[in-house]
Amino acid sequence: MHLAHHVLPTQPLSARMTNALALVALADSVKPFLKLESCVKRMFRSFLPKFGLVWLSTILLLAACSSSQSPTSNLPTVSSTTASSPNPDSAYTFGMLLVGPNNDFGWSQAHYEGAKYAEAKVPGTKFIFVDKVNPADRPGIKVEQIVDDLVNKGAKFIISNSDDFKDGTREAAKAHPDVLFLHVSGDDQLTAKAPKNLGNVMGKMEYGKMIAGCAAALQTKTGKVAYLGPLINDETRRLVNAAFLGANYCWQNLRADKPSEKLDFSVTWIGFWFNIPGTTLDPTVVANEFINAGHDVIISGVDTTEALVEANKATKAGKEIFAIPYDFKDACKQAPAVCLGVPYFNWGPYYVKTLTALKAGSWKPSWEWLAPDWKNLNDLDTTAVGFLPGPALAAENKAKLDEFIAKLAGKDFDLFVGPLNFQDGTVYLKAGEKADEKKIWYMSQLLEGIKGKSK
Amino acid sequence: MQKMRFSSLAVQNFLLTTAGTLFFTTLILLISGISPLAVYQLLFFGAFSSPSKIADLLMLAAPLLLCAAGLTLTFAAGLYNLGIEGQLTLGAIFAMLPLRLWPDLPPPLLWVLAFLAGALGGSLWAASTASLKIYAQVNEIFAGLGMNFLAMGIALYLVFGPWQRIGTASMSGTEPLPNELWLPTLPNLRLAPLAPLLALSALGIVWFLLAHTKWGISVRATGLNPIAAENLGVPTNLRLFETLFGCGILAGIAGAIQILGVFHGLIPNVSSGIGLLALLIVLLVQAQPTWLLPIVLLFASFAIGSVQLPLALNVDSNISGVLQGSLVLFALMARGIQERRQKKH
Repeated sequence: MHLAHHVLPTQPLSARMTNALALVALADSVKPFLKLESCVKRMFRSFLPKFGLVWLSTILLLAACSSSQSPTSNLPTVSSTTASSPNPDSAYTFGMLLVGPNNDFGWSQAHYEGAKYAEAKVPGTKFIFVDKVNPADRPGIKVEQIVDDLVNKGAKFIISNSDDFKDGTREAAKAHPDVLFLHVSGDDQLTAKAPKNLGNVMGKMEYGKMIAGCAAALQTKTGKVAYLGPLINDETRRLVNAAFLGANYCWQNLRADKPSEKLDFSVTWIGFWFNIPGTTLDPTVVANEFINAGHDVIISGVDTTEALVEANKATKAGKEIFAIPYDFKDACKQAPAVCLGVPYFNWGPYYVKTLTALKAGSWKPSWEWLAPDWKNLNDLDTTAVGFLPGPALAAENKAKLDEFIAKLAGKDFDLFVGPLNFQDGTVYLKAGEKADEKKIWYMSQLLEGIKGKSK
Repeated sequence: MQKMRFSSLAVQNFLLTTAGTLFFTTLILLISGISPLAVYQLLFFGAFSSPSKIADLLMLAAPLLLCAAGLTLTFAAGLYNLGIEGQLTLGAIFAMLPLRLWPDLPPPLLWVLAFLAGALGGSLWAASTASLKIYAQVNEIFAGLGMNFLAMGIALYLVFGPWQRIGTASMSGTEPLPNELWLPTLPNLRLAPLAPLLALSALGIVWFLLAHTKWGISVRATGLNPIAAENLGVPTNLRLFETLFGCGILAGIAGAIQILGVFHGLIPNVSSGIGLLALLIVLLVQAQPTWLLPIVLLFASFAIGSVQLPLALNVDSNISGVLQGSLVLFALMARGIQERRQKKH
């Protein structure tokens, strides 16, 4: 019992709690305040001089950071601007979840700008969004929670922009049967998992990637093209295969030097759509590994622009490295000197069409796969997928690329035609067989000739 | 007399902490050009604005309370169990095992197995830390951090490797569990009542053990002065092991809740920082079990309230982290100041 006497607090815990509560109930309220005064004085005398400086400098530093960063700030720039509608309350509100920041020069920015375009084009609509919806930026927060908030803000139509949101969007759609949902890049409509209020859409980016692959094959000097892959799934395998087919075609048929050796085409997957330190491979590191291994063109499949940035650094350091970013039409602007061009999504026209149909009450959820406008790939009012050639693409290669694009636009030309084998030697397409949409959408392996993992 | 002294000190502490926190957070908000009142309104009341928010609050508070209750044990024994994140993660991984091995068993049996497996995983992980501490003299802070990295590595390996979705390698996580394996929820809410019930019982057990058993006394003796306790015949190493083991059990159960009730599958970041947040809470309340519940609810409400910040005010949700962190800092400072004053007197 000697022991207990020494170590136990003099009061049981519950009594202590009651005491504290009773205090808050102002039992003896004057005295503590007097004491507090002396305590604060003491703080100013002894404490602040020592630690105050540290705090103050921290705060100033934070302020400096936040003000100098503001144009490309990491804070999500979330807006709820009203379009030209005179009465914002009657506006048709649509919401969007973005997996990355809305200024990522990639996938998320393309969606963001598409939505802004639609908000401006369709009168009486109002756009609200939350960006950086991913487990690194918002740990523990689920798609369903953000959808709740968007619905609370009045959203009647919600676009979720990542394959990562597939399960969450489905659950949210079940929880909000009165709200319509559009999951970009998903296939719940095809797998019959979609509730009645959920549709899917995607752009036929395989064409953009074929053109990207062609540009890479035309420009490479080492004959080694690299693909910076995100995570592995049907969509990303499809896009790598498309880039490979485009590259191989142009390597064999459009190069003036008629190379006899095979094109080296390698892919490394980082594990997600963008860098998450400690979880994914670092795309900056992977890009440099490509460069050190002799690849002189990097095609990016991730949402962000590390491939372009690193190619630019290497070029400035005396090498000649090119890159092809992805997703967003202005992506080349980060390093035009090494940019061969960018295959991009242009969601604006589709969102205009959808919002118009929604306002008229005629939108039906379905699975849509949007083709480019072959009359003019870069007509931002019509095309869903485009390719903007970059300043670094040599003039003679640009001419050949245009030739290739013209071929793609023609009715009789296709690259998803057999004989094509998968990496493990099994047949993907028999000789002369043309792949239908489902065979292109559900791509179970990389094609024979590509170096890299299929799953 | 002594009672009065304690009371005024507590009020001072409380006022100083609150004032300091609000002052600091407000300053940061003002510098960023954000209206502090609007932010505080969401942070303090946002979590109570709708039934679904309250449900989310409770589903966050449940694993948080489990971890905080576990950490109360280890803090009482004088241990800084930074390995709690890894213990939670391992609990989550282990909870997946029965669900993947025997998916055809009746769901209630699977839930029991998953909770048991989770407790086993968490406690095994904690036991490794304890063994490193006791037999290899590795400080539990460093051992725990190492084990955290290892746990994260295992989760990543499983998600990208053997447990990946068919044909997919993505950190999105494993294929979601079939709906019938999700912990049953209240209609139209994401609230599985079993989770907060488990957490409350854990808190009750920890409080009883520490406050009302001889074992609890010897644990606290170990924490206050291990050498003296050893001399008085307390098996201090055993107590260290037992408290870490107990904390691991509770963290593992929290991990199982994350699997069965929250994410419905394994994701790499399954802990979502809950263990670290629990550490902050236990630091704030100085490991007094009686204060755990209100502070856990408070911190969870900040976190849930902050979800709306980007949408409503164009403010990053991380501001709730600033608030939570400065609360703890100022509480520690207030205590430090008082201790200095007491020494002078």
